[in-house]
Order: sequence, then structure tokens, then C-alpha cells
Amino acid sequence: MGRILTTAFMGSLTARLASAWICLVLAGALTGVVLSGWDPELIDWDALESPPSASHWFGTDLVGRDLFSRTMLGAQVSLSVAAVATCVSVLIGVPFGAFSGLRGGRTDQLMMRLVDALYAVPFILIVILLMVVFGRQPRLFYLALGAVYWLDIARIVRGQTLSIRERGYIQAARTLGAGRLGILFRHVVPNVAGPALVYTTLTIPAVILAESFVSFLGLGIQEPETSWGVLIADGTRTMESAPWTLFFPALFLGLTVWCFNMLGDRLRDQYDLETRGYAAILDGDTPEPQTERRA
Amino acid sequence: MTRYLLTRLLLSLVTFWVIVTLVFFMVRAAPGGPFDGDRRLPPEVEANLLAAYHLDRPLSRQYVDYLGMLARGDLGPSFKQKDFSVGELIRAGLPVSLGVGITALLISLALGVGLGTRAGLNPGSSVDVLVMGIANLGLALPSIVLAPLAVLCFAVWLDWLPAGGTGSLAHFVLPPLTLALPFVAAIARLTRGSVAEVLLEPHIVTARAKGLSRSRIVFRHVLPNALLPVISFLGPAAAALLTGSVVIEQVFELPGIGRYFVQAALNRDYTLVMGVVVVYAGFILTFNLLVDLCYARLDPRIRLTG
Repeated sequence: MGRILTTAFMGSLTARLASAWICLVLAGALTGVVLSGWDPELIDWDALESPPSASHWFGTDLVGRDLFSRTMLGAQVSLSVAAVATCVSVLIGVPFGAFSGLRGGRTDQLMMRLVDALYAVPFILIVILLMVVFGRQPRLFYLALGAVYWLDIARIVRGQTLSIRERGYIQAARTLGAGRLGILFRHVVPNVAGPALVYTTLTIPAVILAESFVSFLGLGIQEPETSWGVLIADGTRTMESAPWTLFFPALFLGLTVWCFNMLGDRLRDQYDLETRGYAAILDGDTPEPQTERRA
Repeated sequence: MTRYLLTRLLLSLVTFWVIVTLVFFMVRAAPGGPFDGDRRLPPEVEANLLAAYHLDRPLSRQYVDYLGMLARGDLGPSFKQKDFSVGELIRAGLPVSLGVGITALLISLALGVGLGTRAGLNPGSSVDVLVMGIANLGLALPSIVLAPLAVLCFAVWLDWLPAGGTGSLAHFVLPPLTLALPFVAAIARLTRGSVAEVLLEPHIVTARAKGLSRSRIVFRHVLPNALLPVISFLGPAAAALLTGSVVIEQVFELPGIGRYFVQAALNRDYTLVMGVVVVYAGFILTFNLLVDLCYARLDPRIRLTG
């Protein structure tokens, strides 16, 4: 796994740049507010809606709050939403998929039909509905997002489980009298963790997007909290007189999502390459011939 | 094939029922009633209001009533816009939403398949590199970034097109285009991949060896096979298109159902939110069925067995 990660994240110049960008955003999320020296809530009366300058690196918004600090605060929120929601999706998707694959037969059919049916549901609408019905509590919002994005992981884990469930060690555990849950969590889950991890990387950008989308509409994260979605919504309102208020949050959201997607794709291709050979990736996107270049 | 389609039909009806049930009980489980305002209503008035909307009946009865109403195509009254029923509001917004959505879908299919085929027929060429570059860019730009930027560029700076609202045909240029761009990108990528793959298959080599013309090979032998993944992508794409259209309607101030949805969600107009979700779900499931139908027609494995 270690080698796969290294190749996927460091294997080419674009991959290195993308990894660097994500590290930068992470660092910014952790230290950015301190770095700029401006409190994200503080109103600078001398610089209302001012363009980027030496003291306000990204300029200020309509009411004179430092946009750099706010973008970093937004990064903090967007990334932590993504982390929590992704964990929730793993917690639902992995047991669901592993159980379905392990049981097989009619139960499996039924559970997978359920997943198929759920794919057709416009989930973002359900998230919005949840926010409407139960009020805009951030904690619920995190959970709702995670509860919506587990389908891909469940499918992948189920496929992997199907492929390992007749292996010797599972049979041995069964013969030795291990319970169904014991087999599930001690033997199946650890062995499907690899592909699950790979798909988790692709869940992160999806969740970041979903969060910013709902917040953009004013239904997710609320003031005084902020996220990239909230900042883009604010920026849209003031873009005619202050385009930078739209530009910076949009840049951060777009670039971060793109980097995650790109690295996730590479990780998936690399994983398939190492585990199933070249044939597996030919049916997906065209792979970059990275392995040859390493020598 | 009939069997396959019947299973699909049944599955989507079940899905629809599950969505309706989920939505119904979620809304009823919400803390606070629809008439909790700033001012507390006198108990008698509240009781009358509840009775008028049949909210005093037991929950199971309300559920059955709602299903019955749905079956007759009635979505109930709007709780916040007192003079309108949910059905009327949705009917008013639907033409706008459908117009934008269908145009966007057609644009993305035409452009996506066209560009993807061109790129896939000549992998590695400069056309290929250009198309894939644009596709990657299109995929990277979420609707909430793309739509405001499009307004800023084409309406504010260049002043070519109106920034929002309705009135003339020019108002309906930017919305479908911005809505379509990510799908153009996704479809182009998919088409490119599968065209390049199909080109390597023996039946194409045979067709070439027989001396068939290039266009005949592309249209008769490559595309019917290469388009299968594109068609199955259209199902999830419909759901995503709809999500995008909520943002597009918000940014371009179009009076479609997406905007009703957001406004209703913001002022907690339960019945309207519910109605829009039900209508959206109905559309998506119908669309998915159509996609399955196309797929079944095109894929001989389903057409002949199943």
C-alpha cells in the first residue's frame, strides 16, 4: 500500500503539485488565521471592500473583514466537514457492503437493489430537506452529508468481499466456529480496507462539493461560521464592485476539489494496476505510464 | 426484454414510494408546526387551522390521505403562500426549469459525444489534447463557481448577455450553457475512452478490412457500442443536472422550481419543499426508466435475453 500511495501522490509533476496544494490548504486551515494577523470577524473600518494589498492579502469583504483569514477559516470548516462526513460514510458503507457480500444470496440481492434504488435519489435534496426539517444544526449537517455518500464505498467493499469470501482463511475461521460478526470484522473488513481507502479519497471531494453547495444556497453552514460555499455566496453578491471576494474562495474550492479528484483517480488506477494488472485500467481512464519512469 | 423493463418499472415505483414515505414522515417529525409564527396563535384558532389542513387526524390517516392526494396529482396547499396550492406553484415554475434542463441536456449530449468521438478517433492528436484539457477544466469547476464567474464575465465585464431574470431569448443563453458545461466534459471523457477502446476490437478491424468507409464504420459500428457507457451515465447525470439547476436558477434569478425549492427551504414551507422533492424524484425516476429503455434497445445482451 505504501508504494501505491507514493506513486499515486508523488509519481508525476502534476501529482506532486496537487499534493503540495492540499498540504498548503491544510496548513493554511490550521495556521492561516494566526498567519495573517487579522481576526476573521474583525471589521477593519479603514479598508471596507478593499482590493488585495500588503496588509490584507486577499483584500476585504463588503464589511471590511479580512478575506484571507475568512478563506482559511472556510478551509477549516470545509475540510473538517469533509473529514467527518467521509468517516460517517465509511462507517456505514464498509459494514453494509461487507455484510452484503459475505451473506450472499437473497440478502445480498436485496441489499444491492436498495443501493441501486438509492442511486436514483437526488440526495442533495434529502440533505436540504433534513436541514429544513431539523433546523440548521452543524452537527446534523455533517452526519447527513456522510449518511448520503456511502453508496460507492458499499458497492466497492461488497465486490471485494465477494472475491475474498471463499478464501482459505475465511473458510478456516468458519470451520473453527467464528461467529458471523467475528468473521465480518476480524477477517473481512481488514482485508477490504485497501480498496475502501482508495474510494474514500474520491468521497472527500464529493463531500466538500456537497457542503459548499448546500451552504451556498444558505442552508448549510451559517454566519458567523463560514465555509467556502458561504464565502462564494457572499462573493457572488459583491462581485461587481469587488471581484476578489468571489475569486479567492472560488479558486480555493475549485483547485482543492480538482486536486483531490486527480489524486483519487491516480490512487485508484495505481491500486488497480498493482492488484489486477494493466487490463483493469484499460476499461477506465487512460493511465499515465508512471511506473516506467521511476527507474 | 419485457421482463427486464417490468423489473425496472417495479423498482422505480418502489423507490418512488420509499422517497414519498421518507419525505412525509421526515416532515411530520419536524419540531414545530407550520403555523408557529412570531406571535402565538390563540388555541382555538390553531385548532381550526389544524383541522382545516386535516393536521388533527392521526398520522397514519394523514399518510394514507397524502398518498391518495398524490395519486390524484394533488400536492396539497402551500403552508406559507396561503393563496396557492403547491401544484399551482410547481406548474408555474416547471416550464422554466424544464426548458433550461432539457436544453442543457441536449447541449451536453451533442457537444460531449461530438468532441469525445473526435478525440477518441485520434488519440494523442492535438484535438484530443485540447478536448481533454477543456474536459478536465469543465469537471473541475463546480456549478457554484462556474455560474457566478459566467455572470461576471459575460454580463458584467463584457456586457454581452443579461445577468439574470427572464424576458428575452438572450436570458436563456447563459443558464443552459453553464449548466451543461460539466456534463459536456464528463460525456466527452466517457465517449473518448470508449471510442478509443472499441476501435481496437476485432469487428472494427473486420469492417476496415472489408473496406467500409470511415463514416460508416464510425456511425454503424463504433458509436452504437461506444455510447453504452454514455447512456448509463445519463441516469446519475439527470440527478446531478437537477442539483446544478437549483444553483443556476438561484444565480440567474430564474423563476423555476429550483428557486421555489430554496425559498421554501429557507422559510420552512414544508408542503412546498415536500412537493418539489416528490416532483424531482418523479422526474428522475422516469428519466432513469427511459435510460434503461434505451439501454435495453441498444444492448443485444438485454434485447435478446432478459
